[in-house]
Amino acid sequence: MSEKSTSSRSNQTFGRRLFLFLGTMDLAITLLLVLAVASVIGTVLQQNQPYTDYMIKFGPFWFELFEQAGLYDVYSSLWFLAILVLLVISTSICVTRNTPRMLQDMLSFRSQIQEKSLRAMQHSKQWTVNNSIENSLDDAETELKKQGFRVRRKEKDNQVIISSMRGGMNRLGYIFTHLAIIVICIGGLFDSNLYLKLAEWQGKIKIETRNLATADVPDISRLAVGKQAFRGSIHIPEGRSSDHVFIAVRDGYLVQKLPFRVEVKDFRIEHYPTGQPKSFESDLVVYDDDLAQPLETTISVNHPLIYKGYAIYQASFSDGGTGLELQVWPLSYQTESAEVDVSIDVFERRKMQWGKSSLQLEITSFRPFNINPDPTEDDPNNLRDFGPSFGYKLRSETGEASEYINYMLPVPRKGREFYLSGVRSSPAEEFGYLYLPIGEEGDLSEFNAFLATLRDSEQVNAVARTMMLETLSTVADGRNEKLEQVLQDTLVMLIKMFTEGGFTVVTQFIETTLPEAEKEALGPAYLGMLRQMLARLYFNSLEGVDTSTVSDEQLLFLQDAVDAIGSFSRYGAPVYLSLSNYNHIQASGLQIAQSPGKSTVYFGCALLIIGVFLLFYVPQRRLWLCFSKKGDTVELILAGMSNRDPREFEQFFETMFQQLKLTIGQRHSK
Amino acid sequence: MINQTGMINNKPDSALMQWLWRALVACFAAILIQRYFDVLDSYEIAITIFVALGLIALGQNWSGFRLHIIVTGLLSFWAISRYGDDLSLASTDFLLNFILASQSAIMWMSALFVMATFTYFGGLLFRSSFTEKVASVLTWSATTMGLVGLMVRWRESYLISADVGHIPVSNLYEVFILFSIITALLYLFYERRYQTRSLGGFVLLIVSAAVVFQLWYAFGKQAHEIQPLVPALQSYWMKIHVPANFVGYGAFSMAAMMGFAYLLKSWRQKTNQQGLLATALPDLAIIDDLMYKAIALGFAFFTVATVLGALWAAEAWGGYWSWDPKETWALIVWLNYAAWLHMRMTKGWNGEPMAWWAVIGLFVTLFAFLGVNMFLSGLHSYGEL
Ligand code: HEM
Repeated sequence: MSEKSTSSRSNQTFGRRLFLFLGTMDLAITLLLVLAVASVIGTVLQQNQPYTDYMIKFGPFWFELFEQAGLYDVYSSLWFLAILVLLVISTSICVTRNTPRMLQDMLSFRSQIQEKSLRAMQHSKQWTVNNSIENSLDDAETELKKQGFRVRRKEKDNQVIISSMRGGMNRLGYIFTHLAIIVICIGGLFDSNLYLKLAEWQGKIKIETRNLATADVPDISRLAVGKQAFRGSIHIPEGRSSDHVFIAVRDGYLVQKLPFRVEVKDFRIEHYPTGQPKSFESDLVVYDDDLAQPLETTISVNHPLIYKGYAIYQASFSDGGTGLELQVWPLSYQTESAEVDVSIDVFERRKMQWGKSSLQLEITSFRPFNINPDPTEDDPNNLRDFGPSFGYKLRSETGEASEYINYMLPVPRKGREFYLSGVRSSPAEEFGYLYLPIGEEGDLSEFNAFLATLRDSEQVNAVARTMMLETLSTVADGRNEKLEQVLQDTLVMLIKMFTEGGFTVVTQFIETTLPEAEKEALGPAYLGMLRQMLARLYFNSLEGVDTSTVSDEQLLFLQDAVDAIGSFSRYGAPVYLSLSNYNHIQASGLQIAQSPGKSTVYFGCALLIIGVFLLFYVPQRRLWLCFSKKGDTVELILAGMSNRDPREFEQFFETMFQQLKLTIGQRHSK
Repeated sequence: MINQTGMINNKPDSALMQWLWRALVACFAAILIQRYFDVLDSYEIAITIFVALGLIALGQNWSGFRLHIIVTGLLSFWAISRYGDDLSLASTDFLLNFILASQSAIMWMSALFVMATFTYFGGLLFRSSFTEKVASVLTWSATTMGLVGLMVRWRESYLISADVGHIPVSNLYEVFILFSIITALLYLFYERRYQTRSLGGFVLLIVSAAVVFQLWYAFGKQAHEIQPLVPALQSYWMKIHVPANFVGYGAFSMAAMMGFAYLLKSWRQKTNQQGLLATALPDLAIIDDLMYKAIALGFAFFTVATVLGALWAAEAWGGYWSWDPKETWALIVWLNYAAWLHMRMTKGWNGEPMAWWAVIGLFVTLFAFLGVNMFLSGLHSYGEL
């Protein structure tokens, strides 16, 4: 029994000491600064990024260490929370300890004060008048009241003391500001994801990290409708609806159920003439059994819908699976088959068999128009509409993928027009562009006809034969069938090589296969013949066009076409895809949040603002006027104090002194 | 007229003057509301009334401010009526091209601020109170031209097209001008109240630095071009959140420069008692006091601005607090000054350590204001460098 009481007493003293320590100013100031420094971390290290990004950035060792320290989500880490809690405790103790004193200071006029103390004050004046005081008291009080002072009069024996005070609210300022900190932090705690953390520890929920269809997400990663705070998001395609949102947690997510269903009827973006977005809007329909009729409304950025305490925001947008009609233009021998149309939706993946190559087509993006700086020109202010664009990946069977982006409006370059298609093999690279020349028809048919001619072995053979005969007629007299055949085959092969690999492959061939002695003479000759053949084949491809006179445009087109074909090998894809039609479906990115602590926080904010202004701009000032009868004369003492801004008070005190002296003197002289 | 460094000058103006001023501002606010009643929402009307009250409060005992507002109003009105509906007059109309078009007015502001800085220091160096008065006049003129520049720019944005039009506090370039104006006005207020012209050069040093940055930003990066607002910024909140923030930034900057002056003076007092800085600058106690006042003012407005920001975020981003880098840095700045204030009020620290701290505080503030835009990315990325 006695042991227990001793230990409890020592506990008590320890508790008391802890209490005092937590309430010290040193700790408070330290905490303020520690919190500031801790907050820096989360701004320097980008928070809540995909964990793979961190892994790449820091390497496995640091990645692990930082993860343990909670650095990827500092503001909901335990140690950060601990600092906040300490600060709240410290402030609470401070408020509890100081409030009685503050209230007392605010309410008390200190009219018990002794004459002695008045004389000892820093601001204290004395003077004597020789008359009775009765009449002067009221005047003095009026004067003080005029300055906003509240007054108390206290009479005893031969003495009257008028105590007055102004700005008692200053002390309320202290209480308000510090209470506000507590209130805000508590409100914030309600809105934090602390309850998620607790549930996770207890094993009640598990963060899902796999990329699953919503229906497949297991129950342990789902949160039921409730009062708890959350902030989730979801992309809803036009015409579709959802009754849940996803809450991003660390490197995974949870599915939060909503007590209603939101449908996105329509999503709109308006643009400024410069192409910058001007507004994002969604027409929503909210379905809820509690509603007699579905609720129809439009939200936009800065204008959320608040329904049943859930706030629904326009946060972002994306493609909602736009339907694309693609036209396939074969580029290589392997895909000789005539062009085919493909209907595919954005985000869809489909195996394609183009000639020998079997590739997975993955549509990644679509934009109905693109007003961008022209990437081919140096002037970044030269904005131009590149028309609709769609991005896609072509993934080979081994899993490697190149990324493409095709723009559907022709781009002029040196007076000629081209279709642009960008390609890159990793997101880290810039796009390189393929320029496909547009013919007189205004589309790719002329280019395509040329390509088809190049692949048409009959025509290629015929042209090769003519070329061969013309060439040999100048060199040899008499015919050499073997030589003829060799040369003709070589020419056919050159065309084939060129269409597959461009001039690089052709030059490589010349370098590696021709005997050293003949390289000098034969190399340029081969290239010359190749060019000639390309030209002839091109004119062959111009069906129904008069080829007897050659126009400049035709020559330029030929050159552009040859350039384009020359870069096929770098382009990599066996086909070029163009868009013939689309059915635009957008998805509206909604953020849906419930924050039960919000009004508490707002209340705290109001307290804080009022408190701060009271503290700074309502100084508490006290003045005492003490009248003491000394025989015929009356001795007066004016004393005062202020809890802030001593210099202003000094001047104020001086003017008050002059004023009161005058007032009291005046009556006296009457 | 009291005229002694550090003496408080808080003589009220005549009642007639006060009433005239109140009537003028009230009339003007009423006309404005009446004229634009159809396009203003209730929040904007409330803001207009609030601004009018603020102008009344500031101007009723401060003749310099009254003159400043009236001249700004007249010049802006002149420029706007000169424009009519034709923005191209900016480069063809002589008056607009050289003086009143927003870009020209802002150039005048820049030049005048730099001149004022030199003049203040000249006055300090030669201990000429006349020169210092000239410097005050230059500062007033610079502030006026700057405010005219912003007013006219506001109108110009509407002349580009009605949907582009917006208050010019929407990007880094515009807020830099706002910063210069507000800091100068804050200083002018304290200068009049505490008769401390010898500190002018120090405060204007930071304003000049802002001016140099803003010139570089305009010429080097074409930042002065009026850009339409991204959807997130299309809100009446911007009209109050940003200016409140800049009262905070301006006051903190001023406090830092006071701290700088304090440190210089206290250093010279120890090394060369009869030297210029030791004798010409106000008493250390006065500088210290001004530093405290500036930080208190900054803290109060920064609190308001952060709360307004939270309210806005709740409407635009779906949560009142997202730990976005700008938000977080605002908190850091705020905590830093909260600690400063406690150190001073409850632990009674003052003098050199607090002056050092105020100077360091400037770097924290500067990072929140500029560094975040330069080095960190987040929701607030409206003014990237
Ligand atoms: C985030 C936390 C806090 C904030 C924002 C805050 C804010 C303030 C402000 C603005 C002032 C006025 C300073 C001035 O008059 O110039 C003040 C004064 C004061 N604070 Fe705090 N404070 C906080 C925490 C604390 C804590 C934890 C304590 C106690 C350990 C404390 C004790 C005091 C005291 C004693 C005063 C002086 C009041 C007076 O006599 O006028 N504060 N605080």
